[in-house]
Amino acid sequence: MSSGFGPKGTRRSLLAGLGVSAIGLTFSGSLAGCSPSADPADGAAAAGGEEAKLNFYNWDTYIGETTLADFKAASGVEVNMSLFANNDELFAKLRAGNPGYDVIVPSNEFVARMIEAGMLQAIDRTKIPNFSNIDPAFQDVDFDPGRVYSMPYTWLALGIGYRKSKVKGVPDSWKHIFDSAEYSGRIALLGESADLVRLCARYLGNSVRNIPAELLPRIEQMLIAQKPHVKAFHDDNGQELLLNGEADLVLEYNGDIAQVMRDDPDLDFVIPKEGSLLNADCLCIPVGAPHPENAHKFINYVLDAKAGAAISSTILYPTPNAAAKALMPEEYRSSPVVFPSPEALATCEYGAFEGAEVSQTFEDLITRVRAS
Amino acid sequence: MTLGAPLFWLAVFFLAPLAIVWAYSFGENDGLVRISLTGTFQNYVRALEPLYLQIFAKSAFIAALTTLLCLVLGFPFAVAVTFAPRRLKVWLLLLVMLPFWTNLLIRTYALIAVLREEGVVNAGLEFLWSAGSALSQGLGFGPLDEFKPLSLLYNNTAVVIGLVYIHLPFMVLPLYAALDRLDRSLLEASLDLGAGHARTWLFIIVPLAAPGILSGSLLTFIPALGAYLTPDLLGGPDSQMIANIIERQFKRANNWPFGAALSFILMYATFIAIALQALASGRRPKETP
Repeated sequence: MSSGFGPKGTRRSLLAGLGVSAIGLTFSGSLAGCSPSADPADGAAAAGGEEAKLNFYNWDTYIGETTLADFKAASGVEVNMSLFANNDELFAKLRAGNPGYDVIVPSNEFVARMIEAGMLQAIDRTKIPNFSNIDPAFQDVDFDPGRVYSMPYTWLALGIGYRKSKVKGVPDSWKHIFDSAEYSGRIALLGESADLVRLCARYLGNSVRNIPAELLPRIEQMLIAQKPHVKAFHDDNGQELLLNGEADLVLEYNGDIAQVMRDDPDLDFVIPKEGSLLNADCLCIPVGAPHPENAHKFINYVLDAKAGAAISSTILYPTPNAAAKALMPEEYRSSPVVFPSPEALATCEYGAFEGAEVSQTFEDLITRVRAS
Repeated sequence: MTLGAPLFWLAVFFLAPLAIVWAYSFGENDGLVRISLTGTFQNYVRALEPLYLQIFAKSAFIAALTTLLCLVLGFPFAVAVTFAPRRLKVWLLLLVMLPFWTNLLIRTYALIAVLREEGVVNAGLEFLWSAGSALSQGLGFGPLDEFKPLSLLYNNTAVVIGLVYIHLPFMVLPLYAALDRLDRSLLEASLDLGAGHARTWLFIIVPLAAPGILSGSLLTFIPALGAYLTPDLLGGPDSQMIANIIERQFKRANNWPFGAALSFILMYATFIAIALQALASGRRPKETP
C-alpha cells in the first residue's frame, strides 16, 4: 500500500490542485477502501519504530511553503501530501475505510460527522504539548467536547468578497447576492448546498441551526428568483473568479479573499450585517492510520508557535494558535479581513451537523433550484 | 485459455465493481457509512420523479445537440480529408488527433482561458473595438462607448461549445473510415449522369456514409450524455447535467444508493441507444439488397 501511494498521491494532488473532483477519483478512493488496505497491524507495530513517513490529506493552498520540508528536517519524517477539494470528497474517500491517510483536515461539522461514524482516533494529548499554545476560546468546542478527536488548525468566516471599483459602497448585506438584481450577472455563489441554505436562513432572520421546515420553501423561491442574476456556482474558487474579473461579488471564505487581496488592492471582503457562518478546520487522525506516532509528532509540530506562524503567513487564515499569532506581523493581526471585528463575529455562528436527513433536504433543495 | 486473462480482467475490474454499485442501488443508508441492501426499489422510484427526469431530458438534449453540431462540422471535414492528397491527409488527420492526445482537463482549462471575460476572444474583440473607436474618432464621430466583454463562459452555450470541441474526433474518425472506403466511381457516375453537386452529396455520399454517421453519432452521444467535467467547469447556475447530480449524491448528499440508481438509469439509457443502433444497422442490408 505505502509503496503504491506515492505516484497515486501525486496524480490526485495535481487534479485536486486544478480544482477538480472528478467522480472517477471518488470511485478509485472508495474501491481502494473496499479492500482491507489500511492495515491496522502497521499502526500497532509502530510504537517502537515507525517508518519515517506520513500521509497528509489536506486542502489546496493550506500549508506553509516550507512546513513539510521543515518538519522533515526536524523529525526525519517525510510527509506525502495529497489534496482534497471539499469535505464531501474527504468523507467519501474515507467512508469505506481509510485508504492510508495519517492526518486529515476536516471542518467542524465533518469532525462531528466522522466522530459519529467512528472514523476518527482519539488523540493522545500527552504527545501534543503544544496544545497549550492554543487560544483558550478554541480549547473546548461543542462539535468535539473536550477536544478528544481534533486539534484546531484554522478558523474561517464566510462573507462577500468584492471588487471595490465595480460595487457601490460596501455590500454589507446578503441581500446583494441572494435577493437583488442590482449586480445581475456579476455574482458567484459557493456551490455548497448546506452553506447556501443556512446563509439564506440567516438573511431571513433565523439562526443557521435548526432552520424551521416552513422556511425552506421561501429560501427555495428566493434562490430560484435570484438564479438568473447568478453567474456561477463555484467550487471554492470564488477568489479566482473575482481576481479574473469574471465576477464582482463572490460568496467566499475570508482567508481566500485575503490571499488574492495581496495581488489586487481593488478587492475587499465584508461579513454582512445579518451575520454569517463560521467554520473551524481541524487536524484529526483517522482510524486505521498507518503512522499514528508520526501523526502525533506532525500535529504537535504544526501547533508550534514558529511553525504555526509560518503557515499563517502563507495561507492568511485566522489562526486559533495564540502563540503563533503573537509572532505574526501587525498587518496580519490587525487585518479586518483575517480577523473580523468582535462586533461582526458576534453575529456569526457555527453550523452543526443535524443528521443525514437534514443534509439530504438541503441538497435536494439546491438541486431543484439549479434545475429550475 | 487465451480468453482467460481478458475475462479475468473484465470480471474483476468491470463486472464486480459494477455489480457492487448495482447492489447499492437497491439499498438504503444505514447510519452515515453503512449501506444495508434491503432490496428496495425506492431509489429508482425517486430517480423517476419529474425533477430528475427533467435533468435526464436536459442532458439528452445537450448530448443530441452536441452530436448534431459535431456531425455538421465533422462531415465536411471528413469529406475534405478523404479527397485530400495523401501527404496532406496525414496532416489533416493529425490535426484531429492531436487535441485528442491531450488531457481532457487541460483542454477544458485552455477553453476557459479562451472564453473568459479577460480571455483570448474578449481581448481580441476589445482590440478591434478600440481600433474602431480610434477610427471613429479620427473621422470626427467621437469615440465609441466603452467595450463590454461578452459573457462566453458559465452558461449552457459554453457547455455545448466544450462538448463539441471534445467530441469532434469521435465523430470525424468513424466518418472518415466510412468515406475512405467509398467507391469514387459512383461519384463520377453520378456527376456524369447529370446530377449536380448538391444531389450527389445528398443522394450518394450521405447514404454511403450512413454507417459512419451512425457509429460516429453513437460514439459522440454516449460520452456527451454522461459528461461531467465540462458542465462542471464551463457551466453556469443551471447547466447541471445528470453526471453532476450523480456526483453530488455520492459526495455532498452522501447518498450512495440513490447515486447508484441514477447511474444505472443512465447506463440503461446507454444500452438502449446501443441496441437501437444495432437494430438500425442490422436492418439496412435488407433495405438495399
